[in-house]
Amino acid sequence: MHELSVCQSILSQVETVAEENSATTVSLIHLQIGPLSGVEVPLLKNAWTIARADTLASEAELEIEEMPITIRCSQCGQVSRAKVNRMICGQCGEWRTQLISGDEMLLRSIELEK
Amino acid sequence: MCDTCGCNITSGNEHFLQEGGKLAQTESGREAVEVLQGLLHENDHQASHNRDHFDHHQVLAINLMSSPGSGKTSLLEATIEALNGELRVGVVEGDLETENDANRIRQKGVPAHQISTGSACHLDAHMVHDALHHMALEPLDILFIENVGNLVCPASFDLGHHRNITLLSVTEGDDKPAKYPVIFRAANLMLLTKVDLLPYLEEFDPARAEHYLRHLSNPAEVISLSAKDGTGLEPWIEWLRSELSHYREALTAGSTLHPAIAPEGAVQHQHNHEGHQHHNHNQSETR
Repeated sequence: MHELSVCQSILSQVETVAEENSATTVSLIHLQIGPLSGVEVPLLKNAWTIARADTLASEAELEIEEMPITIRCSQCGQVSRAKVNRMICGQCGEWRTQLISGDEMLLRSIELEK
Repeated sequence: MCDTCGCNITSGNEHFLQEGGKLAQTESGREAVEVLQGLLHENDHQASHNRDHFDHHQVLAINLMSSPGSGKTSLLEATIEALNGELRVGVVEGDLETENDANRIRQKGVPAHQISTGSACHLDAHMVHDALHHMALEPLDILFIENVGNLVCPASFDLGHHRNITLLSVTEGDDKPAKYPVIFRAANLMLLTKVDLLPYLEEFDPARAEHYLRHLSNPAEVISLSAKDGTGLEPWIEWLRSELSHYREALTAGSTLHPAIAPEGAVQHQHNHEGHQHHNHNQSETR
């Protein structure tokens, strides 16, 4: 359970960006998270309400875009959706696949007020 | 640095940049700022520094991950004995409390530093960096970093190491890779440990454990071993020799090694940090 330390890392990055842009308030933080990142979205949301207190982002909404697991087959080239523990080709069943999306743990953008 | 050079842009997010550039006004008049950094940006930056430091000293850093009690420290003890001085190793131990594991390693005549994490369930790049101030890297070929026993969180934090090993002891059940996919997906090598107990554990099928690993699309080698009776130690030592030689070839070519599936930020940091200043990690140094 490291979602609180993830929140602290987000806050530190957000404060840097706010300072660079001379902003007084952060209103929205947009993240992309995939199931293979190891970050649990509900836990992150809970931790966020605690972590944001007394910061520039104390009122900021956390908008989380949950990314699906998408793989490309190394044998037949098919692109398909997959589950965290079953990343085999949806078409031919091959296990040697390449991850296209699903491990994101990304701070995409923030909205600032001056 | 990485927030300006564009190395964070992947096929999964590049379209955002095409939607109006780095700065855009929203309908409400607020300013939207494109960031595109890993959520663990600070950790990843520190990890990248650690990796530069290992590379400067030509030390292969290996992160050992598993549940508590799967035999990480016993494996290291048996490894030190089996190597018999052939490779010079050092160990950084991570536990919530006690100096017990570092003491066990020191009794084998190998330098060890214990990180006591308090309540933290994983090591991060900053903790490893602090530990490096207590370890002389010059005399080492391989540094083992024994992560906190936990099959969840350690997988998310790049430490600046080069290789991930995930241990699975046969007493734990052969479906662990399916239950904890993130950490087994990150393995460069899966070690099945305590195989001397297999005759008593009909329900554990090594082939099934490997099957679940492949379903994570992970081609990692699987080695079965017992630190107790010495089964499988030779292929394991051979794996170490081969990875060390692979690592040295990479360094000679001006490159380095990254763990199998590095957390996203680490992959994005694979570019060269030119002009990055090394600072000395002498044991006497204070921060």
